[in-house]
Amino acid sequence: MEKRAIFSGQTLPYLLLLPQLAITILFFYWPASQAVWQSFLIEDAFGTSTQFVWFENYQSLLGNPEYYKAMSVTALFSTLVTVFSLSIALLLAAMADRQIRGALAFRTLLIWPYAVAPAIAGVLWLFMFQPSLGMVAQLLRRYGVDWNPLLNGNHAMTLVVMAAVWKQVSYNFLFFLAGLAAIPRSVIEAAAIDGARPWRRFWTIVFPLLSPTTFFLLVVNITYVFFETFGIIDAVTQGGPSKETTTLVYKVFSDGRLGGDLGGSAAQSVILLAMVVALTAVQFRYIERKVTY
Amino acid sequence: MVENRRFGDILSYVILTLGVLVLAFPVYLAFVASTWDAATIANGQLPIYPGGRMAENYYRVLFQGTGSSTRQPVGVMMFNSLVMALSIAIGKILISILSAYAIVYYRFPFRMAAFWIIFVTLMLPVEVRIYPTYKVVADLGLLDSYAGLSLPLIASATGTLLFRQFFMTIPDELLEASKIDGAGPYKFFVDTVLPLSMTTIAALFVIQFIYGWNQYLWPLLITTKDNMQTIVIGIKKMITTSDALTEWQLAMTTAVLALLPPVAVVIVMQRLFVRGLVETEK
Amino acid sequence: MASVTLDTVRKVYLGGVEAVKGASLSIPDGSFTVLLGPSGCGKSTLLRMIAGLETVTSGTIRIGDRVVNDIEPSERDIAMVFQNYALYPHMSVYDNMAYGLRNRGMAKDEIERRVAEASRMLAIEEFLTRKPRALSGGQRQRVAMGRAVVRDPQVFLFDEPLSNLDAKLRVQMRLEIRRLHQRLKATSVFVTHDQVEAMTLADTVVVMSKGEIQQVGSPTDVYRKPTTTFVASFIGSPAMNLMPGRVVGRGMVEIANAGTLAFDAGQFMVGEGDQVEVGVRPEDWALFTSGEGGLAFRREFVEELGATRLVHGSAGAAPIVVAIPSGANDPETRDARLVAKAQAVHLFSSATGRTLRPA
Repeated sequence: MEKRAIFSGQTLPYLLLLPQLAITILFFYWPASQAVWQSFLIEDAFGTSTQFVWFENYQSLLGNPEYYKAMSVTALFSTLVTVFSLSIALLLAAMADRQIRGALAFRTLLIWPYAVAPAIAGVLWLFMFQPSLGMVAQLLRRYGVDWNPLLNGNHAMTLVVMAAVWKQVSYNFLFFLAGLAAIPRSVIEAAAIDGARPWRRFWTIVFPLLSPTTFFLLVVNITYVFFETFGIIDAVTQGGPSKETTTLVYKVFSDGRLGGDLGGSAAQSVILLAMVVALTAVQFRYIERKVTY
Repeated sequence: MVENRRFGDILSYVILTLGVLVLAFPVYLAFVASTWDAATIANGQLPIYPGGRMAENYYRVLFQGTGSSTRQPVGVMMFNSLVMALSIAIGKILISILSAYAIVYYRFPFRMAAFWIIFVTLMLPVEVRIYPTYKVVADLGLLDSYAGLSLPLIASATGTLLFRQFFMTIPDELLEASKIDGAGPYKFFVDTVLPLSMTTIAALFVIQFIYGWNQYLWPLLITTKDNMQTIVIGIKKMITTSDALTEWQLAMTTAVLALLPPVAVVIVMQRLFVRGLVETEK
Repeated sequence: MASVTLDTVRKVYLGGVEAVKGASLSIPDGSFTVLLGPSGCGKSTLLRMIAGLETVTSGTIRIGDRVVNDIEPSERDIAMVFQNYALYPHMSVYDNMAYGLRNRGMAKDEIERRVAEASRMLAIEEFLTRKPRALSGGQRQRVAMGRAVVRDPQVFLFDEPLSNLDAKLRVQMRLEIRRLHQRLKATSVFVTHDQVEAMTLADTVVVMSKGEIQQVGSPTDVYRKPTTTFVASFIGSPAMNLMPGRVVGRGMVEIANAGTLAFDAGQFMVGEGDQVEVGVRPEDWALFTSGEGGLAFRREFVEELGATRLVHGSAGAAPIVVAIPSGANDPETRDARLVAKAQAVHLFSSATGRTLRPA
C-alpha cells in the first residue's frame, strides 16, 4: 500500500528522518555492533589491555554448565508463565465476553495490573510470601509447608512465576477479549443450531477462530518473559538461591556488572540477540499483514 | 442463546469476581501495610484491615525519605520518574511522527533502507545491548542525567509504525485538496495531519508513559547518584535481604506511590489505553 | 474564466501503464464539459492532470493562454470537487471553505464575504459552525462545492462528485450543479461514468475508452451520431443493438438468417459486399405480426418498465432488444417482423469499429 498523493521535496524527508535515525544509530546500531565486537575480545583483570580471541568467549560459554542452567531456567520460567497467564486470561476473557451486566466494569478491574512495573509487582508478591512475616507465607507454614524462597529454588521459582503471571494476565486478557469480540456472533449461533453445547462450542468453534490471537500472544509472552521480567527477578530473588532463578537476561546483567566479564557478557548478548531475531522472524508472518512493504 | 443462561451467568460472575479479587489482593495488602507501623509488620501480625498510620507513613516517605540506603525523599524519585516518563513519551512521539511523515508522504532514495533501519529495532529491547549502550551514554557524559535516562529508550520503531499505519488511512484526496488550497508540506502537517492524529498521539502517549515510568534495568545501570533515582529503583533499594533492616511499611507506602500514577492513567484513560495497546502490538 | 486546451497529452505511470494515450481537446471558455467513460478509461487521470495532481508525461495543458504543465495545483486557479468530498474532518464548514483563501493571504473581511455569499447560494448557511461528520451526504456535497465556489476559480473540476449519493439526491444535486453553472458561467470539467449525468449536464460530452478519446460532441450528437461502436453501445440504455451485416445493394444491408434492413445510403460511404456492424437503438425498432421486409424476430421474454416495455429476443444469431412505449402496438406473438426507419440505422466498419459516415 502506497500513497498516491505525495510531496516532491528531496531534502526535507531526510531532515524529518534525522532525529530518529540519529538516535537509532547512536543508541542501537552502534552499541549492538560493539556487543558483537566485544564478544570477540578478552579484557584482563585491570581493564588495561584487551586481546582478540575469536570465538573463545563463545566456546567457554558453551562449555559452561552455568550457561545451560540459565537456559533451562529460562525455558522453565517461560513455559510456566506463558501457560498460566494465557489460560487464566482466556478463562477470564471467555467469561467477560458473555453478555452479562457489568462486563465493562470487570474489564476495568482486570486490566490495571498491566500498568504496574515488573519490579513493583515483584515487591508486592515478595511481601506476601516473605518467609517470616509474609501473610500468605505464614498461612502456608500453618498448613505444614516449609516455605522459604530464599533457600528453596522451587519456592523461589514459584514466587517469580506468580508475580510474572499476575502482571501478564491483564495484557493477555485484553487481547483475548478483543479476539473474542471479533468472532461473528452468527458463527456461534450457527453452531448452537447445529446442536453444539456451550462447552463443545468453545473448543470446536471459538478456540480455533481465536488461534491467530493465541499465537500472537504466545510470541509476545515469550518475549515478555525473556526481557521484562528482569525487574521481577532482581527485586524478588536476585537470581538465587544458587542461581535457580537466573535467566539468560539476568545472567548477562550479573556477569557483566557483578562479575566484570564484559567479553562473556557480550557473547551472551549476541546469542540473546540471535534468539530475538529468530522470534521476530516467526512473528514476521503476522507483522507482514500490517507492513506491506 | 437460551440454554443454561442462569447457571452460566452465575459461573461468569463467580470466576470474574475471583479474578478481580486475586489481582487486587497484593495491592490491597500493600495498601494495608502502608497504614501500619513497622513493629506490627515485623512481628508477622499484619491485620487484613487498614491501620491508623497512613498519614504519617506517606508524609515521611514523600518528604523525608526512609532510613535505609536511599536517603532521598520519594517525592524526588517520583519527580525523576515523571521527567523520564514524559521525556520518553514525548520524545518518542516527536521523532516518530516526523519520520513516519517523511516515509509516507515522500519518495526519496534510501527510503526503504531508512524504513528498515527503524523497523529492525522493533523487537530488540535495551536489555540485549545493555553494556555497550551504557558505554555510549557514559562516553557522552550522560550518566546521572535525564537525557541519559530517556534518550536511548526513545529509539524504537513502535511509534513510527503506528503513525505510518494511521497516515495510510488519511484519504489521498485530503492532501490533494490541501495542495489545491495552497498548503505545502508544513501547512498540511500542522493544519491537517496533526489535528487528525490527536487520538493516535494520545494513545501512544498513554502506552509510552507507562513504559517510561516502569523502566527498571536501564535507570538501575546509569544512575549512581541518589538524587537521580527513579521510584521503581528506589523501592528495590529499600528492600534489603536481611529482613530486620527492611522498613516494610515504608517500602509498601513507596510501592503504592509507585504504582498509583500509571494505574491511574490506565483507568482514567481506559479507552485510549486499550486502543494504544492493541494498535502498538507490533 | 478561461478555456482549457489539451494537446496530445499522455500519461504513462511508473509501471508502464499508459493511462492516457495522447488526448487532444479544446474546452471553450464557460462551457460545461463532461468526460464520460467506464472505470479505467483515463478520464479521472485526465482531470487530475488538468488539476496538477498528476504529472504530464508528454504533451501540453493550457489554461487560458498559460501552459500549466509545471505549475503547482494551487497556482493554476482551479477548484476541484472530489468524489469523497475530501472535506477536512477536523475543521468547521466555515473553515473548510476559508482555508484555501487564508492560505492565499486574502483579507479577512473578503473571506467572510465570499463564504457568506457561497453558503447562501448553496443553502448551507446554517451549518457553517458544524463539523463535516455532523452533515448528511448531500450537505457535505454542498460544502465541497462551496469550497470550490469561494475560490472564484478560472476552471471548476468535478471528479465523480455525485457517485457517493443515493439515487434521489443525485438527481437533485445534478440539477443544482447545472443551476450553479448557469449562474457562475465558469468553465467546468466534470468526470463521470454515469451517462445520464453526462447527458443532462453537458454542453459537450467527451467519451473516453482505454485511454483514448472516442468522440467529442453535444449530448444529441453522441447519442444520434455515435462515431464508434464503443460510443454507440456505451451511450443509451438499454444499449444500441449491434449485429454483423453485409451490404447487399444501394441502401440495403443483410443480417444473416434474419433478413434485410434499409439504411440512408446518402449518409454512409459503403460499397456492395462490405462487411459492416449494423446498429439500431431499441426504441427505433417497430414490431409487426406479418408482412415482408425487415428481420425475422423471435421473441423470448419481456421486461415491463412502466413507461416502456423491453422485448428481448433474437434476429438470426444476433440478440435483440426492442423498446416499445406503453400503449404502442405490441403484437405479442412469438414470431414477428422487426423493422427500423432507414434514418435510424447506423453502420460501422467491421474492421475498425468506426462509423462509416464521412467525416
